[in-house]
Amino acid sequence: MKTNLIRIGAALGAVLVAAPALAQDLTFWSWRQEDKAAYEQFIDTFEAANPGITVKFETFEATNYNTILSTALAGGTGPDVMMVRAYGGLENVASAGYLEPLSTETVPALADFSQASLSAESMRSDGKIYAVPFASQTQFVIYNKAIFDANGLEEPQTWADLEALSQKLKDAGVIPFANGTATAWQNETVTFGLGSSLMGEDFYNDLVAGNADFTDERFTSALGAVADIAANYFPDGFIGLDYPSAQQLFSSGMAGMFIGGSYELANFKNQNPDIELGMFAAPGETADDAKLVAVYFDGGYAVNAATPNKDAAITFVNYLASQEFGQAFANTLNNISTIPGVTFDNPLLAEVAELNQSSIPYLMLAHFRYGEPSGSVLIQGEMQKLFSGETTSEAIGEVLTTGLAAWYEPFQN
Amino acid sequence: MPKLRMTGRGLWITVLIVPPLAFVALFIVYPIISAFAYAFFDWQGLKRGAYVGLENFHTVLFVEPYRSWTLNAFKNNIIVFFALMVLQNGLGFILAYALWRELPGARFHRIAVFLPVVLSTIIVAYLFKLFYHPLFGVVNITLKSIGLGWMAQPWLGQSGTALWSIIVAQAWHMVGFPTLVFLAGMQRIPGEILDAVRMETESEWVKISKIVWPLVAPSATIVFTLLFVGAFNWFELPYIMGGLDGSPFGSTDVLGLYFYRTAFGNVSAGQQDFGLGSALAVLIFLFIAVIASVITVRLRAREIQI
Repeated sequence: MKTNLIRIGAALGAVLVAAPALAQDLTFWSWRQEDKAAYEQFIDTFEAANPGITVKFETFEATNYNTILSTALAGGTGPDVMMVRAYGGLENVASAGYLEPLSTETVPALADFSQASLSAESMRSDGKIYAVPFASQTQFVIYNKAIFDANGLEEPQTWADLEALSQKLKDAGVIPFANGTATAWQNETVTFGLGSSLMGEDFYNDLVAGNADFTDERFTSALGAVADIAANYFPDGFIGLDYPSAQQLFSSGMAGMFIGGSYELANFKNQNPDIELGMFAAPGETADDAKLVAVYFDGGYAVNAATPNKDAAITFVNYLASQEFGQAFANTLNNISTIPGVTFDNPLLAEVAELNQSSIPYLMLAHFRYGEPSGSVLIQGEMQKLFSGETTSEAIGEVLTTGLAAWYEPFQN
Repeated sequence: MPKLRMTGRGLWITVLIVPPLAFVALFIVYPIISAFAYAFFDWQGLKRGAYVGLENFHTVLFVEPYRSWTLNAFKNNIIVFFALMVLQNGLGFILAYALWRELPGARFHRIAVFLPVVLSTIIVAYLFKLFYHPLFGVVNITLKSIGLGWMAQPWLGQSGTALWSIIVAQAWHMVGFPTLVFLAGMQRIPGEILDAVRMETESEWVKISKIVWPLVAPSATIVFTLLFVGAFNWFELPYIMGGLDGSPFGSTDVLGLYFYRTAFGNVSAGQQDFGLGSALAVLIFLFIAVIASVITVRLRAREIQI
């Protein structure tokens, strides 16, 4: 009798313990509203291979996503799996302990990811990885192939080439660059999309190693050169031109080039399906200088530390780290997947991947968004001033260095 | 022992007053008190860290670059307030007077003046953004077509014109509101007084300064107070027309934007500090509350004297 009771109790207990494993409903949050259909496809594939786990994909408005997510996590109502931003944006959530640390034990595929992509999704204080990186973005110059062909132009090898071809376009009545600087963050894009090769990899390495700061001549002279291009070859009144207007100038074929990110490629194709796009890394002073693009990682997939469905969530992020997923992601969403071994069918993506072979990290995002004031805040406003002639590039170097010294230790002496 | 019984009237009062009271407590009083409390802590994202006393207040008021940012936003709010006082309320008073005098086409004008108030702020913002567009904007095109091409500007792109361009949009959008309030005040002026004045003088100035203005002063109280609160809480138009950063380089930054950006972050700049944001919110709240009550008391005193 007694043993029977124990047996029944044990059986009941086993059922209770197993019960959550039977119903594994995961919620998965994202800011990519435009990718909803694609993600639902990916999820169908995952669910077919993992019976018993269902995933519900929910999207939120991109600009307020961080706030919505951290509010939900703080209130204990967050999702099981979520998209999180990279670098400082990740630390905001991870440092509060909301995210489950990942490792090569729980997600073996992480072992093959590039170090740069993993450090974008790691916290600096504990060095742990908190998300599976999903995409990288590249800042460079995009051009309209038809316009280049019609004017007999080729991708520039030196800065002088770039100026000469811009002048040719201008003489032909085409706006050389569509960019405007009224939208603050565009100033950062223009600066590093155009100036990375002029600054050079040595400057970047010296800066990160603490051997140089932003008053360095390599940096300030690059800012000056970028501002010269803007003054001569951006549209009339470009300082009043906002981001959507600039995009339209380019996609409508009124301008030959656009300084932007790889995320623009799909936009431009949507706005004008007939446009033929090319891209190049803005050159350095001479043809011998390495042509560099600025690369950053967008974000990653993270697991809620407090989820009751941890096993299922880990299974799901393992799928999100798989080459199968990466390939589907690249093919469907036309984004550069960070998963090693993914190949790019889309020739534009293949070209971006090729350019990425020679790159430096998108400076302010990768290194200077960990404290306040962030490097991005400073450079966005300061470059706007430079473009309208209200400051000098040397003064910007000073402002950046002293401003960042508020929290960035290497600048504090 | 007297019976505790609710009369029908008492019951009605309770039923009617409890829901709004609960609403106010939950969505207005509680958040304000919370913001006060939040301002005294250090924050990591939205997770509360250590108690830091007045440090957040100290930072936004005295530590660079926050100090310059705070002062700049505050300065812009003051410009907005005085500019709107003239452009929106001043023009509103003149328009109301013109409408009240029943000039030809008064009925049409009354609608024309009030119509923009009905439009959503978002629509007004995008409309004026198009007007000011440096390449295709109707403002520059018009200037060029009438031979004033030298006056064409990248209106929203340079610090000298950006804030003013947005102020003009705001004044156009809202001028119908003070007009309506002043007009209502003027229409309450008894006919006998006007007849008496007409016999005394022909001067419009005398009529306005001695009769109309003093008699619509009660309307002015409400219009000024609302403008003050509105000017210091200004958000939508500068947000859409100048961006969350107050572009270009802070020239359209106002306290509302600055507070929002600091507290909730800006994806493309990586700034987010809930503590500093709350401190700013508290300072803005205190400032508006104090000044608004001063305005109300001062102007009400004036009302009584009349």
